[in-house]
Amino acid sequence: MTRTKIIKLVDGEKGDIIKITALLLDGVMRRRLLDLGFVNGAFVEVAQKSPLGDPIAFRVSRTTIALRKEESGKIEGELIINGE
Amino acid sequence: MSLEQLYTEAQKLSTKQIRDDIVQHLYETSYQLCQEGVSYKKAKKDTKTEKLDAIFTSPIFGFPIMIIMLGIVFYITIAGANVPSTLLADFFGWLEKYLTALFSFLHTPNWLYGMLVLGLYRGTTWVISVMLPPMAIFFPTFALLENYGYLPRVAFNMDRLFKKVGAHGKQSLTMAMGFGCNAAAVISTRIIESPRERMLAILTNNFVPCNGRWGTLIVFASLFMAAGFTGGIKSLVTTGVLVGIVLFGVIVTFFVSWVLSKTLLSGIPTHYTLELPPYRKPKIFDTVIRSSVTKSWSVLVRAVKVAAPAAVLTWVFANINIGDTSILQHAVQFLDPFGKLLGLDGYIMIAFILGLPANEIVLPILLMGYLSTGSLTEVDSMIDLKNIFIAHGWTWLTALNMMLFSLLHYPCGTTLVNIYKETKSKKWTFLAFIIPTVIAILIPFIIAQTVRFFGWM
Amino acid sequence: MGNEYYRIALVGNPNTGKSTLFNALTGLRQHTGNWAGKTVSLAQGSVDFKNKTFQLIDLPGTYSLFSNSKDEEVARNYIAFEKPDVTLVVLDATSLERNFNLALQVMEMTTNVIICINLIDIAEKQGIEIHEKRLMNLMGVPVLKISARNKLGFPMLLDTIDRIVNGDIKCQSFQLKYPEEIEKKILKIEQQIHEIIGDTVSARWVALRILDGDESLINEITKQFKLRGDY
Ligand SMILES: Nc1nc2c(ncn2[C@@H]2O[C@H](COP(=O)(O)OP(=O)(O)OP(=O)(O)O)[C@@H](O)[C@H]2O)c(=O)[nH]1
Ligand SMILES: [Mg+2]
Repeated sequence: MTRTKIIKLVDGEKGDIIKITALLLDGVMRRRLLDLGFVNGAFVEVAQKSPLGDPIAFRVSRTTIALRKEESGKIEGELIINGE
Repeated sequence: MSLEQLYTEAQKLSTKQIRDDIVQHLYETSYQLCQEGVSYKKAKKDTKTEKLDAIFTSPIFGFPIMIIMLGIVFYITIAGANVPSTLLADFFGWLEKYLTALFSFLHTPNWLYGMLVLGLYRGTTWVISVMLPPMAIFFPTFALLENYGYLPRVAFNMDRLFKKVGAHGKQSLTMAMGFGCNAAAVISTRIIESPRERMLAILTNNFVPCNGRWGTLIVFASLFMAAGFTGGIKSLVTTGVLVGIVLFGVIVTFFVSWVLSKTLLSGIPTHYTLELPPYRKPKIFDTVIRSSVTKSWSVLVRAVKVAAPAAVLTWVFANINIGDTSILQHAVQFLDPFGKLLGLDGYIMIAFILGLPANEIVLPILLMGYLSTGSLTEVDSMIDLKNIFIAHGWTWLTALNMMLFSLLHYPCGTTLVNIYKETKSKKWTFLAFIIPTVIAILIPFIIAQTVRFFGWM
Repeated sequence: MGNEYYRIALVGNPNTGKSTLFNALTGLRQHTGNWAGKTVSLAQGSVDFKNKTFQLIDLPGTYSLFSNSKDEEVARNYIAFEKPDVTLVVLDATSLERNFNLALQVMEMTTNVIICINLIDIAEKQGIEIHEKRLMNLMGVPVLKISARNKLGFPMLLDTIDRIVNGDIKCQSFQLKYPEEIEKKILKIEQQIHEIIGDTVSARWVALRILDGDESLINEITKQFKLRGDY
C-alpha cells in the first residue's frame, strides 16, 4: 500500500530518509555532489538545519554534508522513511 | 595534434550520461568493496555528534554559544596572560639594570648603550612580554577547539549571513584562521572554490585581529576600558571589550563584502558544500605543546627579526637631530594634525607606519617614541605604562580609536606579499591595502568628531 | 647522508588524518584541525628507516581527482606530475564508501599505492570491522589499518613502504573496468593521447579524465609539458 513520494532534499524534515532519484544540476556542482556521494540510489538522511534554516546538513555515505537550498532544491528523491 | 585539440575533439564522445556513469561506477565499486571487506556490527550510530550538533547549531543556542565560546577563549587568554606578562616584564626590567651596570663598567659610549639597551633590548623584550603570554595561551586553547571540530559548525551557522552579503560560507573558516595570522589565512582561502568569493575573503581578512594585534588590543582594553575594575572582573570586562571589537570587525567584514559584491566583485553566490566531521577528542597534550611551543618560538624569532631592527631604527630616529629636534619629532609634528583628527596623535601614526612589516612592533615603537621625549624612563609595571599614555594626553577615546585603527588598518607586509602571491595582481593587492586604510581612517574620524561635537570629552 | 632517498606522498579525502600521520612519522609540526581543508599547500619532512630516507609529502585533502579548488589542485598536480615513489592513500575508516572512491581513482593513475585505513580506533568503537586481507586481495595493493593519533600500526606501515621500494612487494593496483560503452571510448582516444604525452602520465587515466570533461587537467598537462620543454 505504499505510494512512492518524490520530494526535494530541501523539503525534507529532520530524520527523513530519501533515496536519490535525480540531480537537476549541471557542471561543476553536479560533479562535486556526485563525488560527495549524492549519486543515484544513495540514501540520504536529513540531519540538521542551521539556525537560520539554510543550509541544511545531510547524512550521505556515512558523512555529514551541508548544502544550501539552491543545491538541495535541485536534488530529488523518494521519501523512504518519514522522520516524524 | 595537441592535447587541447584532442580534448575539444573528444568532447563529442563525452556526454553528461557518461560523466555520471563514471562516478556512479566508481561509487558502485566502492560500495562493493565495503560490502566484501567491511562488516558493520549493529552499526552503532555516533549519537554524541548528533546530540552536540543539536545544541551547537540550534536555532536558539547556536549563535549565543558561538559568542560565549569566543568569550571563553579570550577570557582564558587575558586572565592567564596577566601574571606571566608581568613576570616577564619584571624579569627583563631586572636584567636591564645589570645590563646597564655592565655597559657603564665597560665605559661604552652613550650612543651605543642607548641604541643597544634602550632601543634594541627594550623593544624586543617588550614584544616578548606583551605578545608572548597571550599567544602561548590563545593558540593551544584555539587549537583544542579546532581539533575538536567546532569550527565547521561556526561555518554552518554563519553561512546564511555570508550568503546574504554575496560571500562564501567557508569564509568563516578563513576568518578563524585570521585570529592566528592573516598572512596564513590568506593562503587558507584556497579552500574557497569560486575566485570571486575567494577574493572577498582575501580582501576582508585583516578585519579579524591577528596574533600580532592581540597584545595591543588587550593592553588598551585593560588599561583604559576596564580601568575601574580589579582581578577577575577586570579580565571579564576586558574580555567583553575584546569580543565587542571582534564582532565589530565581523560587521565591517559583512559590510565591505556586501559593497564589493555589489560593485567591483559583482556576481551571484556560487555553489557551496561543507563537511561537518564528527567531533573528535584531540590528543590534548600533543596539541597544546605543538601549538604553544611552535607559536612561542615563532614569536621569538619574529621579535628578533622584525622588532630588533625596528627598535634600533626608532631609537636612532629619536636621537638624531635635524636642527634642534630629532627626526622622529619632525615626523611626529608633521603627522600630528592628521592624527588628532582621528582622535589619535603623531606618535601613533608613526608607530603604525613603521609597524607595516609586523603588527607586533606597533606598541613597542609607540612606547619608545613616547619615552624618547624623556618624561618617564623607567617602566616597571602596567601602572607606569598607563602613566606614559596619560602623560601624552590619552583618554578612553584615544584608546578606543587606537584599538579600532589597529583592528581595521592595512594588512601587515607579510600578508600583502601573500595576497600578491595568491592573486598575482597588483591591482587587488593595492585594493587590499587601500580599502582597510580608508575604513580605518573614516571610523575613528567619525567617532572622534561625534564625541567632540557633543562635548562628551 | 648516503641514504637512498624516496618520495612518499600522503593523499586522501579531507580530514582523514594525513597531517596527523605526517607529524607522527616525521616529528614535525604541521597544523591539524578537525575540518575539511586545514592543509592547503604541500609540506615535506623525512623519516629514516633501514638505511633509507623516506621524504614524506603532506598534501591537501581532496574529494576526488576532479579538482575543484586551488588546494585540491595542489594535491592532484603532485600525484599526477611529481610521480612519488609510493603513494599512501589515507582513508577514514568510518566512511570508507566515499574514501574508496578516491583510492580507486588514485590507483587508476599510479601503481605503487598503499591503502592506509586511519582512525581505526574510532571505527572499532563504532563496531566497524575491517577485513584488510580481503580488501588487499580485491585491490591488489597493501591495505593497512592504523591510528595516526594513537600511533598504532606504524612499524608495519614503514616496513611495507620499505618493501615496495625494494621491489619485494609488487603492487597490482586494481583497475576499474567501466561499462562497455565507456571502455570503447577510452580505447578510441587512449592511443592518440599516448602519442602526445608519452609515458609521463597514464594515458588511460588522461583518456578517462577527458571523457569526464576535466578541462583544468588538460590545461595543467599542457602547462607542465611546456615547463619541461618537451612539448
Ligand atoms: N581518534 C582519532 N583521531 C584522529 C586520528 N588521526 C587524526 N585524527 C584527528 O582527525 C582530525 C583531522 O586530522 P588532520 O591530520 O588535520 O587531517 P588531514 O587529513 O591532514 O586534513 P586536511 O589537511 O584538511 O586534508 C584531527 O582533529 C585529528 O586529531 C586517529 O587515528 N584517531
Ligand atoms: Mg592536513
